[in-house]
Amino acid sequence: MKFKTFAAFVAPSLFMMLLFIAAPLVLVFVESFYQTNPRMEAVSVESCTPGFGTQTCTTQTKIQPALDASGHQVMETQFVGLDSYRAVLEPQKLWDSLRTLDWNGIMQIDFWKALQFTLLFTFVTLPLVLLLGLGLALAVNNLTKSLRGPVIFVSLLPFIITPVIGALSIRWLFVGDGILTRAMEHFSGTDISMFAQTWTIEILMMFYRVWSNAPFAFIILYAGLQGVNQDAVEAAMIDGASRWQRLRYIIVPYLMPLITFVALIHLMDAYRVFDEVVGLRTQGHVISLQYLTYQFLMPDVSGNRSISRAEASSMLTLIGIVLLLIPMLRRTWADQKGRAQ
Amino acid sequence: MTTWLARRQPFSLRTMSALFLTLWCLIAAFPIFWITVMSVKMPLDAFAASPWDVIWGPSTLAEGKGLSVLDILATLGLLCATGWLATRRLPRWVAAFSPLGFSALGWLIAAAGLALGFGVVGVVILPAIVGGLDSALGLHPILGLTTEHYRAIWVEHAFWHNFLNSVKVTLGVTAISLTVGTLAGYALARSGSKLAFWILIAALIFRALPHSVLVTGYLPIFINSAAILRPILGDAAPTLYGQPLAVIMVLVAINQPFTIWMLRSFFHNIPADLDEAARVDGCTHFQAFRWVIMPVMWPGVITTGLFSFLLGYNDFLVTSLLLDASNQTMVPAIAGFFNRETTMTDQVEAIAAAVSITAPLFLLVMVFQRQIVSGLTAGAVKG
Repeated sequence: MKFKTFAAFVAPSLFMMLLFIAAPLVLVFVESFYQTNPRMEAVSVESCTPGFGTQTCTTQTKIQPALDASGHQVMETQFVGLDSYRAVLEPQKLWDSLRTLDWNGIMQIDFWKALQFTLLFTFVTLPLVLLLGLGLALAVNNLTKSLRGPVIFVSLLPFIITPVIGALSIRWLFVGDGILTRAMEHFSGTDISMFAQTWTIEILMMFYRVWSNAPFAFIILYAGLQGVNQDAVEAAMIDGASRWQRLRYIIVPYLMPLITFVALIHLMDAYRVFDEVVGLRTQGHVISLQYLTYQFLMPDVSGNRSISRAEASSMLTLIGIVLLLIPMLRRTWADQKGRAQ
Repeated sequence: MTTWLARRQPFSLRTMSALFLTLWCLIAAFPIFWITVMSVKMPLDAFAASPWDVIWGPSTLAEGKGLSVLDILATLGLLCATGWLATRRLPRWVAAFSPLGFSALGWLIAAAGLALGFGVVGVVILPAIVGGLDSALGLHPILGLTTEHYRAIWVEHAFWHNFLNSVKVTLGVTAISLTVGTLAGYALARSGSKLAFWILIAALIFRALPHSVLVTGYLPIFINSAAILRPILGDAAPTLYGQPLAVIMVLVAINQPFTIWMLRSFFHNIPADLDEAARVDGCTHFQAFRWVIMPVMWPGVITTGLFSFLLGYNDFLVTSLLLDASNQTMVPAIAGFFNRETTMTDQVEAIAAAVSITAPLFLLVMVFQRQIVSGLTAGAVKG
C-alpha cells in the first residue's frame, strides 16, 4: 500500500486520537505548572458613618476579585512551578509522618491513600482474575457441548453489565439491611456492617472486580484451549504424565501469550478503578487515583473546581501507569516486532 | 475410542468441576436476579429480613398487587418465546431478508424490533388478555409483584429523557467509531510499514490512559470554549460543555485505540489476495475496501460495534463531568437518584432504574452472545 493511500485511510482516526488524546495530555502537562485564579486587587474603600456634626470616615484597604467592564471576574494565569504537585503530594506532611513511622499519618493524605489502595487493588485482583478465569475455562471445556452455551451466557452477564450498576447491585446485597449481610449475621450471630470499616469495603470492591472481570479472562482462555495441540497432550499421556502435569507443562505454557494479554489488559483496567468507588459509594473510606482527580474536577459546595490540583494528580496518575506498563509494553513491542519481520 | 476412555475424567473430578461451575453461575447471576426481584416489590418486601419474603412479597400481595398462576405461566412463556426467537429464529431471518452487504443494518433492525415486540407484548397485550382471563376464572394473585416503581421512575422522574440522551450518545459513538475505525483498521492490517507499527504501539499506550487524565484536559476548555473560539467563529462560538456531540467525539477518541486493534485483527483474517484481485480488475484502494472487503467484514464490524456500544452506554466518568443536568445520560442520572434516596420507596425506585439500565444489555447478550465471544477472542487469539 502506498504511503498516500495509507495516510488517507488512517488520517481520520489519527486526527481524532491526536486532537482528543495526545493534545489534552500535552495541555494537562503544561497547565499543571500554571494556576488560574481570579485576579485580586487591593481597593481602598472609604466608608463614612453619619455623625452628629462631624462625619467619622474610615478608609479601609480590601482585597477583592477584580471585575472587568462587563462585571465578569478577571482571571489570570501564573506560573507556579510545582506548587500544584505540592498541594496534592503534601511532601511536608508525608515527611513528618515518615520520620515518626506514622502509617495513619500517611493515609490521611488523600493522594497516598488513593495510591496505596489503587496498587493493592490492582495486584490483588490480577492473580484472582487469572486463576478464576483459567479454572472456568478448564471446567467449561470439560462440559457437555449443549451446556456450554448457557454457562457462557450467564458468565457474560457480570462482564457486560454497566460497572456502576454492577457495583450498586453488590452494594444492595451487602448494605445495612441487605440480604447477604442479614444471612452472615444469622450464621455468625454477630452484628456485621460491611460499609463501616475500610478492609471490608476493600474486600467488596475486589470481589466486585473479580466477579465482573473473570468472565473476560475465561472467554479468552477458553478460546485458547480449543487450539491446544492434542498430539502433544496424547504424547504426554503415553509418557505417563498426570492430569496436573499435563496442565502444568503443556496447557499453561501454550496459553502463556494469552495469559500475558489478559494480565496486560487487566493491569490497565484495574489501575483505572473508579466505578466501584461510585457504585459502592465508598468515598468516605476508600478512594482510588482516578476518583481523586474526579473529586478535584467536580464543583465543590461553592461551585469551584480545583482544576490545577486535578492536573497535578492526573499527571501523577499517568506516571504511575507508565511505570507499571513499561515491562509489559517492552514484551508486546518485541512480540509485534518479531511478527512484523 | 481408547484415547476417549483414557481422557475420561474420574468421577470425583467431574463432580468437582460441575459443582464449581454451578457455584459460579449462581454467583454470576445472583446480584442481577436479586435486584430484579427487589425492583418489583413494595419497599417493605424488598428490604425484608427473610429472603422468602422478598421473593413472595406478602405485603405487596396484601395490597392486591401480584401475579396469579396464569400470569406466571404467561410471563414464563413470553420469556421462553423471546429467548427462542432471539437465538434460533432471528439469525435465520436476518440472513434471509437483509440485502447482501447490509446484514449489520438487518441485525440492528432485528434487535430493535425484538425489543419493541417484547415491550408491546409484555406491557400491553399480555396483561390485557391475561388480566381478563384472571377475573373471568376468579384466580387470585399468589406472587407479590408491582410495576409502580418503574412507572414512578420513567414517568414521574422523567427517566425517558435520560434514556433518549443515552440513545443519542451511544448511537453516535458507535456509528462514528466504526466509520473512522474501519478505515484505519483496514490500512493498518494491510500495511507492514514502520509507521503502522508505531501507530499501533501508540494506540496501545493510549488505551492504558486513565480517562480522568483526558477529562482534566477537556473540562476547562469545554467550559470556556465560547470565549476561546470567539476570535475564530465569532458569535456562533458554542460552549462545548454540556453538548452531547462533544461528548460523543471524546468517547469516540477514547474508544479508537481499542477499535482499531480489534478491527485490524479482523481484517487480518481476510486474505489480502481478495483486494489484490479487485485491484487487478481496476478498483482503487477505496473501491476495493468498500465493495470487496466490507461485505465480508460485517461480522467483525458488528462485534466491534457492540463493544463501542458498551463503552458509550456504560460510561460514567466522562458523561458525568462533561454533560450538565439537562442532557444527562442514564448512568450518571442514577447517581442523582441516590442523592435524594432518603425513604425506602426512593431506594426501590433507584433499584428499578438500575434494572431498566440493565435490561437492554441483557437482551444484547441474548442476541449477540456469539459475536461478543468472537470479538473477545479475535483480539487475543489471532493477533
